[in-house]
Amino acid sequence: MMGGRGQDRENANKMRIRGQDLKTANMPGGKNKKVSASRKHTRASIWMILPLYIFTLVFVACPLLYMVAMSFATPGEVHGVQWIFTLDNYKKILEPVYLNTFLQSFQLAFTSTICITLIGYPFGYFMAKLPAGGKKKAMLLLMLPFWVNSLIRLYGWIIILQKKGLLNFVLKKLGLIEKPLKIMYSYPAIVIGMIYVLLPFMILSVYSSAEKLDWSLVEAARDLGASKAKAFWTVSFKLTLPGLLSGVILTFVPSMGLFFIADILGGNKVVLVGSLIQDQMTRGNNWPFAAALAVIMMILTTLMILLYRKVTGASEVEGLG
Amino acid sequence: MKKSTLLEKIYLGVIFCLMYLPVAVVIVFSFNESKLPVRLTGFSLQWYEKLFADSAMMEALVNSLILGAASCAVSAVIGTLGAVGLSRIHWKTKGALEYISILPLMIPEIILGMVLMAFFYMLNLPFGMLTLLIGHTVFCIPYILMEVKARLVGMDPSLEEAARDLGATSMRAFWDITLPLIMPAVASGSLLAFAMSMDDVVISIFINGPRLSTLPIKVYTQIKTGVTPEINALCTIMLTFTVVILLVFSLIKKLKRKYK
Repeated sequence: MMGGRGQDRENANKMRIRGQDLKTANMPGGKNKKVSASRKHTRASIWMILPLYIFTLVFVACPLLYMVAMSFATPGEVHGVQWIFTLDNYKKILEPVYLNTFLQSFQLAFTSTICITLIGYPFGYFMAKLPAGGKKKAMLLLMLPFWVNSLIRLYGWIIILQKKGLLNFVLKKLGLIEKPLKIMYSYPAIVIGMIYVLLPFMILSVYSSAEKLDWSLVEAARDLGASKAKAFWTVSFKLTLPGLLSGVILTFVPSMGLFFIADILGGNKVVLVGSLIQDQMTRGNNWPFAAALAVIMMILTTLMILLYRKVTGASEVEGLG
Repeated sequence: MKKSTLLEKIYLGVIFCLMYLPVAVVIVFSFNESKLPVRLTGFSLQWYEKLFADSAMMEALVNSLILGAASCAVSAVIGTLGAVGLSRIHWKTKGALEYISILPLMIPEIILGMVLMAFFYMLNLPFGMLTLLIGHTVFCIPYILMEVKARLVGMDPSLEEAARDLGATSMRAFWDITLPLIMPAVASGSLLAFAMSMDDVVISIFINGPRLSTLPIKVYTQIKTGVTPEINALCTIMLTFTVVILLVFSLIKKLKRKYK
């Protein structure tokens, strides 16, 4: 959905130029009637944007600024905020307990992202090699679960992974295990959940860049004597790298915030930054600290996106839509 | 070179199977007689009956439907007018406004949720339907805005200009010419928004207040306490619902292409 925005902008610019041409063409005629009509038109347009302007300023921009301000305030006695400037909230993040949470989150995000890349990259790449009809079908199959509430899909995994669940039942029947495996409420369960929810993002970004790949370049490399592996490494991999990187960003950042996966599948054994924020907002009642955590998370997100742009030179994250 | 081998196709197939496995498991066991989700013992609709007898669950469902419809309607109006207005003016702040209005899709949901919670608290708004409505509208607007914008880019601006040259007021030209042309985009954007609203847990859980519960929140709290066949039934219903919405959505897309 966001992939085409660069193009949109280009088109908008074109339209703007065309609009100016029309205006200048009309001006010399000096028909006052037309000028006032166009002014009226502009005024009507302003009325049309006004709701959007007000709504986004009040309910998107203001809350975000409020969060930043709050992160420098002192926590209120019960909950809420006392407006006394302090840097304590940020200092608190450096305390070992909370720093550990960040490290844990990073570690989990790192593990999940690596697994997702290992599964998703070949998937996206192979998908791009399918014939046109196959691509369409694969795309549909890929998007469909995307639409299903992620809770429902995770719930399916609980049924499969739980102690008296399907997986243990099947493994026992096959005689592979004697005691049921305890996967539920453990680290691997969270990783499985993360992979499951975030895999489509990786596949879509890799696919969108592999789809654009000029396969004749790969052929040329082969003709010039490169082995299959070498041709893949020097041509295909390099050219699909932007997709891979955007996939990494699209999976890495959310996996730090998806607290409900850790909650449902991990039984709160692993505390993520997301869980910590939620906890501080609801039970901990330390809102400024939650705000400071959120600010840090926002900064990390932004840094990742900037890094991506720097690496690939692209202006938009690929594969979002 | 650009031919997929059998091995690659098998890989795609296996991963697809794994993707659909949990969903299939939920559906199959919702019709299962036994309470334990391991063995199929026989076909039964008892879990559906139990589900419909659960008044708290039904209340949550009604809440979700009302909320989805309301936030979808509000954001459709704001988003459509905004997209059309944005396509007409060329202010310096235009880019910034566009960026901020799409921002809710880019920042992590949890941050959006907590930020709104703190903000509503500061405004002294009572947590409940109103706060949920505002919150959902925040993340619904971008979907409609983007759909309509994409449609406007592909539209011929001279059509509306012609109407105005022929003496129609700005409002009239919008109502008679532009709106019918962008209607498919408004419809598909609204459906998207509705589906997203029906799906949201993370943001709702911050702003729903102590008494009001939406369906996803109910499912979330139930899942946390354990696996019950009623949840299987509920999930199957939600699944069917999503598939129906998707079908309508693709139908609209098809019609759109036909009229292009």
